[in-house]
Amino acid sequence: MEVTDATVAEVVAALRTKEVSSVELTRALLARIEAAQPHLNAFITIDAEGALAQAAAADAALARGDAPTLAGVPIAHKDVLMTASMRTTCGSRMLANYTAPYDAHVVTGLRAAGTVLVGKTNMDEFAMGSSNENSFFGPVRNPWNAAHVPGGSSGGSAAAVAARLVPAATGTDTGGSIRQPASFTGICGLKPTYGLCSRYGLVAYASSLDTPGVFARTAQDCGLILNAMAGHDPRDATSLPRPREDCTRDLAQPLTGLRIGLPRQYFGDGVAADVARAVDAALDEFRALGAVTVAIDLPNVGLSVPVYYVLAPAEASSNLSRFDGVRYGHRAAHYTDLVDMYKKSRAEGFGAEVKRRILTGTYVLSHGYYDAYYVKAQKVRRLIADDFTRAYAQCDVLMGPVTPRTAYRLGENADDPVQMYLGDIFTIAGNLTGTPGLSIPCGFDRQGLPIGLLIQGPALAEARLLNVAHRFQQATDWHSRAPGGNS
Amino acid sequence: MALTLADVARIAHLARLELDATEAEVVHAKLQSIFALIDALDTADTSGVEPMAHAQDLAMPLRDDVVTETDQHAVFQRGAPAVADGLYLVPKVIE
Repeated sequence: MEVTDATVAEVVAALRTKEVSSVELTRALLARIEAAQPHLNAFITIDAEGALAQAAAADAALARGDAPTLAGVPIAHKDVLMTASMRTTCGSRMLANYTAPYDAHVVTGLRAAGTVLVGKTNMDEFAMGSSNENSFFGPVRNPWNAAHVPGGSSGGSAAAVAARLVPAATGTDTGGSIRQPASFTGICGLKPTYGLCSRYGLVAYASSLDTPGVFARTAQDCGLILNAMAGHDPRDATSLPRPREDCTRDLAQPLTGLRIGLPRQYFGDGVAADVARAVDAALDEFRALGAVTVAIDLPNVGLSVPVYYVLAPAEASSNLSRFDGVRYGHRAAHYTDLVDMYKKSRAEGFGAEVKRRILTGTYVLSHGYYDAYYVKAQKVRRLIADDFTRAYAQCDVLMGPVTPRTAYRLGENADDPVQMYLGDIFTIAGNLTGTPGLSIPCGFDRQGLPIGLLIQGPALAEARLLNVAHRFQQATDWHSRAPGGNS
Repeated sequence: MALTLADVARIAHLARLELDATEAEVVHAKLQSIFALIDALDTADTSGVEPMAHAQDLAMPLRDDVVTETDQHAVFQRGAPAVADGLYLVPKVIE
């Protein structure tokens, strides 16, 4: 195995045994990133100089013997997480030249753990999208097949980890934006419990749903990165006030007696045959590992997409009102007065999908429609949450496909937003309920595109989800398959 | 509830987004399909259901009422399109 293809855990070990230095590894990965950039477009900003300086500092700490847990491990951040050391664009013309005055809390945590930041990854503009076609900096392509999308909105982070450009990367998940691209690119994607990772310094899309999380190639790696990102932060009023925990503590626990709930609604006609077959095979593997499956009913989960497309745009219309061309971001060159300056700056700065969501949100919050749409959606959100509470009284985790089908072709859904929205049917409920979800690879369709298994659990079940995924990965090798045949 | 072209113009103004007539028509068609999706909410019986604003039922945390921030206005204004003497510049609003 080349150390450039290694997992986070393997990189940590190789650095500590001096098999490789962080500078050597970072330099090799930077060369790979540069080579992949023209065809994948996974990055918006690459900071070779900064990365090599951090790598040298990590090597020095390793030589002294006082290196923190992830010292010298190269990573990338989704370009929605603020970094003082390089620009944060959110994939938007609005912020194309914006450099934040401070680091996001999760960025600080990963810096303190010694990681080396190689750059910021491409994404759907302001995290709104499921295909990464909505970026001002151009689409990201799927490393398994460049004619297909990598998923979104964290498509750049997913493509970078899948293509072995970095062993891990951060993402954010508001309706599926970590779990869906992880599934489309054949890697692991963890959306933690809402409140476990601070939103401080995460440019807000829908604040009651936005969740920072991790992409990596193994469940163990997801836990190692999450350990450095999680933790109470008084600067985020919704950050959970609880002591730090080691999310990898239960990895080796046997799965004997694990109760896996199978929601009837996740195994219906809308799921592609190849996806259903791969998920069924994974469930057989879990039964062989000692788990039992139980049938679950989530009668209201089918309404999670309409609930989401009321609540998320409502929150977005409010959050994105801050982009007014006055305090930061794009300002139009020509305008007649203040209101005209706002309108033209925002019209030029935002792309089509962001405008659609701002307008949808403005409408559902406007006079006369608030109760019919916004309050109604909040009530159905409660019904969906109650479904999940009942489900977790009968099982430990829920499983099903991450998405009804595998990665579609670029342009296939670009003109049909509703079709694209419906692809998030299985992931959105995790955001509405604030509960954790993990996508892990479990097979390929007949085109050779990856298929993901969604493992969901009740709030703060991260250690359990990672344990379940880890035992599966000890028994199978889907997670070690790489695009282009190198594994 | 049918969303009209006039509604699109009204909400675009509320959202401070300039839309020309052609864009407004395209957006109108897309928003109509989005609201057709959203209208499925009407199939749920929500009588007696409390609206859920948030996944957490925590009370908002309190802290002591003391100044904790330092003056960083120069840092924060670094990214502003137009500033002078520590002030943000906008077009004249009072004649």
